[in-house]
Amino acid sequence: MSETPAIFTQNLGRVYKLRGPKKKGDPKTIVALTDINLTVARGELFGLLGPNGAGKTTLIKILTTLLLPTTGTARVLGWDVVHQAQEIRRRISMVSGGETSGYGLLTVEENLWMFARFYGLDSTIARQRIGEMLEVVGLADRRRSKISDLSTGLRQKMNFIRGFITDPDVVFLDEPTLGLDVTAARQVREFVREWMQAHPDRTVLLTTHYMAEADELCDRLAIIDKGRLLALDTPTHLKQRLRREAVFTLRVAPLGRRPLRREDMLEAVPGVRQVTVAEQDGATEIKLILDSEDALAGVLDHIHRRGSGLIALEKREPTLEDVFIDLVGRGLDVDTSVRAEEGD
Amino acid sequence: MATERVAKATGVRLFWATMWARAYPRMVGTFRERSWLFFETLLPVLAVSGYVFIYRAIQAPPAYTGFAVLGGAMTAFWLNVLWSMASQLYWDKDQGNLEIYVLAPGPLMAVLLGMAVGGMVMTGTRAAAILVICSWLFDVSYQVAQPLWLVAAFVLTMAALYGMGMLFASVFLVSGREAWHLSNLLQEPIYLVSGFYFPVKALGFWVATFASIIPLTLGLDAMRQLIFAGDSGLGFLPVPVELAVQLVLAVVFITAAYFALAKLEQIGREQGRLIERRR
Repeated sequence: MSETPAIFTQNLGRVYKLRGPKKKGDPKTIVALTDINLTVARGELFGLLGPNGAGKTTLIKILTTLLLPTTGTARVLGWDVVHQAQEIRRRISMVSGGETSGYGLLTVEENLWMFARFYGLDSTIARQRIGEMLEVVGLADRRRSKISDLSTGLRQKMNFIRGFITDPDVVFLDEPTLGLDVTAARQVREFVREWMQAHPDRTVLLTTHYMAEADELCDRLAIIDKGRLLALDTPTHLKQRLRREAVFTLRVAPLGRRPLRREDMLEAVPGVRQVTVAEQDGATEIKLILDSEDALAGVLDHIHRRGSGLIALEKREPTLEDVFIDLVGRGLDVDTSVRAEEGD
Repeated sequence: MATERVAKATGVRLFWATMWARAYPRMVGTFRERSWLFFETLLPVLAVSGYVFIYRAIQAPPAYTGFAVLGGAMTAFWLNVLWSMASQLYWDKDQGNLEIYVLAPGPLMAVLLGMAVGGMVMTGTRAAAILVICSWLFDVSYQVAQPLWLVAAFVLTMAALYGMGMLFASVFLVSGREAWHLSNLLQEPIYLVSGFYFPVKALGFWVATFASIIPLTLGLDAMRQLIFAGDSGLGFLPVPVELAVQLVLAVVFITAAYFALAKLEQIGREQGRLIERRR
């Protein structure tokens, strides 16, 4: 049994049928996931990295038995998500960033106690564990505050520890630091790391669109976009994919409007693999992935021809963001919606 | 390396723990949200007063005042079933609680039962307050000839009524805003056809029979017959018959809720309706 992976999916897919009035020609279905093949071992801290709308949450909802897959199979701790949901539910928990669950009339402690009882925890043990975890995340002094009196961040912290009080085998964290300030987000990451160290046989599946979070926390990462799995490896190995390429960040005088013809664009310069351009503080920041350093001369020439000039140039070690840009062709900060297709 | 596990209840103990955990917010809410004293007591008292003054103006028998007071007190339970049972899972979905209920191993049926038990306790305080205030205001006297029958009538009525609430909640599990609209639609007409403020017999046999699907119709009628013993001629059916019907309704509604819940959870998982708030 211990050989059974924590999470296993094979050709997993999910299509949503769109409800409500539609105009002629509008899509009738949305493909949220296509052919997801994934194996997460017990004891792993596994990350799903992708922009909003990539399908991360849909995958989590399937694995947590809240949603049925349309195609393929998914197993959690060896149990089938379709037919053995109750077995899975006993052994997992899920926390979503930005969730507003709980009852405002109840205190922090009472809300957590209520949820712990839904998992069958003894009342006294539940209170004891709640006290301990509130201490760890710095919420002990608010244990008797009604949650309607808590700030969004504190409420999110409360919901976050809800996922751990019930002693789960697999924890699903869906964007756990979404909307948290820097300090609170760091506390959350530290908590996850320490919890994994203290419970090496447990598994965490974390979705995020924060590159640094994924890089810092995860043993392995899957990059997902438009419902498809694009890459799966350790953060180090993913970054090594780009070692042979040259990765630069250029700061130049404002480049002005994007050219209309493709041959006039930066992407058309020979040797340029991927480009992202962002306006920042009155200048233009260009992130480049080049086939080799030799291509840089052409890039600089292109910039001069467009009436701009170099302010700063930095050759960098590849980051996960570069990996993502290389795979997807755009940065993570760009929202994507799931792929829409005609269906019946 | 396996780490130490926390013991977790299963089976009946898990059902019991889940039920009382879900009942807890409602029971605690009785004392924490004092605004109910105004909204949920004063407003029904005003409605009862309207009927009492009409009955007095047309010189109706004094028992009619008691009928209106008892009906006014029972409105609290109807409102609770509509808004805090039937529509509750819609709010819970919006709030993010529904996902946690479905995800937790505690049975959804226990969650519903907890909502019902908590709702009964919470609403019992409102109903008692309405009853006490109106009885004092309008000098209503009660003659309970068979207290055990009265207790049985109340308990069976609550079981059937909250069983219906559980069934509604199950059906509304996969619904969106229509749950809200349906609750709105059901509120006032049921006051009329169930005879909240007058003996349901006055509506005629067929309307009263049709209205008996709402447990408060026969429950209220039985309680009126038992409390105002001198005016039992105004009752729709004999009390034992009414209690037998209530028992059947309770069994049917709770059983139907159980099966509906399982079926609709499956539909919700298929169609993504349990999670649609975040999509």
